[in-house]
Amino acid sequence: MAQMTMIQAITDALRVELKNDENVVLFGEDVGKNGGVFRATEGLQDEFGEDRVFDTPLAESGIGGLAIGLATQGFRPVPEIQFFGFVYEVMDSISGQMARMRYRSGNTVNMPITLRSPFGGGVHTPEMHADSLEGLMAQQPGLKVVIPSNPYDAKGLLISAIRDNDPVIYLEHMKLYRSFRDEVPEEEYTIELGKANVKREGADITFIAYGAMVQASLKAAEELEKDGVSAEVIDLRTIAPLDVETIVESVKKTGRCVVVQEAQRVAGIASQIVAEIQERAILHLEAPVLRVTAPDTIFSFPQAEDVWLPNHKDIVKKANEALNY
Amino acid sequence: MKRTNEKIAEQFPTFQILNEEGKIVNEEKMPNLSDDELKDLMTRMVYTRILDQRSIALNRQGRLGFYAPTAGQEASQLGSHFALEKDDYILPGYRDVPQLIWHGLPLYKAFLWSRGHFVGGQMPEGVHAMVPQIIIGAQFVQAAGVALGMKKRGENRVAITYTGDGGTSQGDFYEGMNFAGAFDAPAIFIAQNNRFAISTPVEKQTKAVTLAQKAVAAGIEGIQVDGMDVLAVYVATKEARERAVNGEGPTFIETLTYRYGPHTMAGDDPTRYRTKDLDEEWEKKDPLVRFRKFLEDKGIWSEEEENEVIERAKEEIKAAIKEADGVPKQKVTDLIGNMYETLPQNLQEQMEEYKAKESK
Ligand SMILES: Cc1ncc(C[n+]2csc(CCOP(=O)(O)OP(=O)(O)O)c2C)c(N)n1
Ligand SMILES: [Mg+2]
Repeated sequence: MAQMTMIQAITDALRVELKNDENVVLFGEDVGKNGGVFRATEGLQDEFGEDRVFDTPLAESGIGGLAIGLATQGFRPVPEIQFFGFVYEVMDSISGQMARMRYRSGNTVNMPITLRSPFGGGVHTPEMHADSLEGLMAQQPGLKVVIPSNPYDAKGLLISAIRDNDPVIYLEHMKLYRSFRDEVPEEEYTIELGKANVKREGADITFIAYGAMVQASLKAAEELEKDGVSAEVIDLRTIAPLDVETIVESVKKTGRCVVVQEAQRVAGIASQIVAEIQERAILHLEAPVLRVTAPDTIFSFPQAEDVWLPNHKDIVKKANEALNY
Repeated sequence: MKRTNEKIAEQFPTFQILNEEGKIVNEEKMPNLSDDELKDLMTRMVYTRILDQRSIALNRQGRLGFYAPTAGQEASQLGSHFALEKDDYILPGYRDVPQLIWHGLPLYKAFLWSRGHFVGGQMPEGVHAMVPQIIIGAQFVQAAGVALGMKKRGENRVAITYTGDGGTSQGDFYEGMNFAGAFDAPAIFIAQNNRFAISTPVEKQTKAVTLAQKAVAAGIEGIQVDGMDVLAVYVATKEARERAVNGEGPTFIETLTYRYGPHTMAGDDPTRYRTKDLDEEWEKKDPLVRFRKFLEDKGIWSEEEENEVIERAKEEIKAAIKEADGVPKQKVTDLIGNMYETLPQNLQEQMEEYKAKESK
């Protein structure tokens, strides 16, 4: 096993799938010679050639359309959108086209596309480069939305995403790219899409999170342990489809829950989770299910990101509200 | 037989007035500028080169935020801007801060914009411009709207917008030019072709031999200009402006230029995708060197004069950074307050929550 950062694990997963399946093709802006602006595709063009790993002209809607067209010809396209803040340029390809292709073809055409993109905040990027737009994706029926929280998951989930026959939006939190390393097996392995992972077992309260907020939730759980509170932490791994079973089972056990998302509050994933819990487990609840989110503004400018972004202290505070309800 | 692509490209020869030695090669097109105006052009280019150097240094010290270097592109940026009137409206890209500054945006505000501070986005009264665009191509479609508005009001103004070679691949690029053409709107579209979009060479953007020929599909005027020749850029823009206000519709200008520095200051390494030879080839075409020679040959520019400009630039930049530092730090409550004309319930609640957080 090797120690890898999340970005290395992603490159590794891409390499595994480029080797495994000659139909896998990688493309996007600056992914070739430059290896991507975050270096996620570093060295892959040298290793697999320009036929498999290539730069496109600068147009996100072109990239989306190209992926759909290639998919109809039996390829497994893995396009990159340089920053997810630019996703609006490719929204029709994603929501209007690839998500509907299975239905429109009467379930005869696969769209095995994995659209990768850096998202989230906390790394002081300029405006429009940081954003949490996963809610937009999760709202679109026909898409799967995968968000790894660590290097090990990043590799297994990405391999699964590439092998999946439906379109997968695979979002890579920028802050997690290089913030820590994990043991990552050199061989290939997959992690099932649509299944959450119980990162930490606990009895008193459940934290539900994904992406960078998993780390914040684990930190909050450690803080609370000092006060004798045992918190369970669930890493969703996939926000669409949602693993309602794991969520509900945990909440039935603990009776208290805080849902954490880095995204703004209105119409987010957290709202959906709260709704599922109250529909399925209301009689097990000792307190209202609470949310920790960012405020309902456009994503913060760098100077105030640290205040704007939810952190472990906000989670501890909300947890105490739920515990003392 | 020649292909259509090549036949069309032949109709877009590079327009030049001053060659690399600073000699006039196109007497007929020499603009009628006074000595003072010529010196003003040089002053702006020298000032902007210093501003670029200082901005890079300030960024490295952590005193600026986002910065996209401009050295090498002064003739394209400032030659085109020099052809405008005060009331014309600019829709800049992220690299086009110099044009905004010469249009009246105070330096300290440019610095605040770089830091992501909202005060940097507040254009002073009488400065007709949009905040620099981050989304590549968006400014092109908006320029069609700005120009149509001017036409509807019967004003003698134009909208001018800038993108890069990479930007010409966006759908918005075509849509903007096509709309402006369809409405005969007074717009000027400029693509500064500095040969790279981050790492991607222009040859990978398109099969078209020139970018200028992309005007043909929209049915508008198009021209390719030596973007290192400030007089050629000035004249091409001036003529485009005249056509625009005369109701003859929009023009697309491709300027051939080069950025000497990295794409932005956020970790781009040009040695990964450009050769030293290419860098040197373009540095020989430098817009300042060429124009300096021309002015010195005319006997209207000296080293002392240039040094004065450099000193003045350095002092003003220092003062502007100080002024920017003096503006109260932006807070999350500012962000909340700037979302709507009147705050809805959810944001009212959040305003209270963050006020409490910020007062701690
Ligand atoms: C819609 C969109 N896609 C991608 C980007 C990321 N990006 C920023 S600059 C750039 C390259 C632009 O190249 P070019 O148009 O040639 O302008 P230059 O930077 O060379 O001035 C890219 C891909 C963006 N800002 N907006
Ligand atoms: Mg360029």
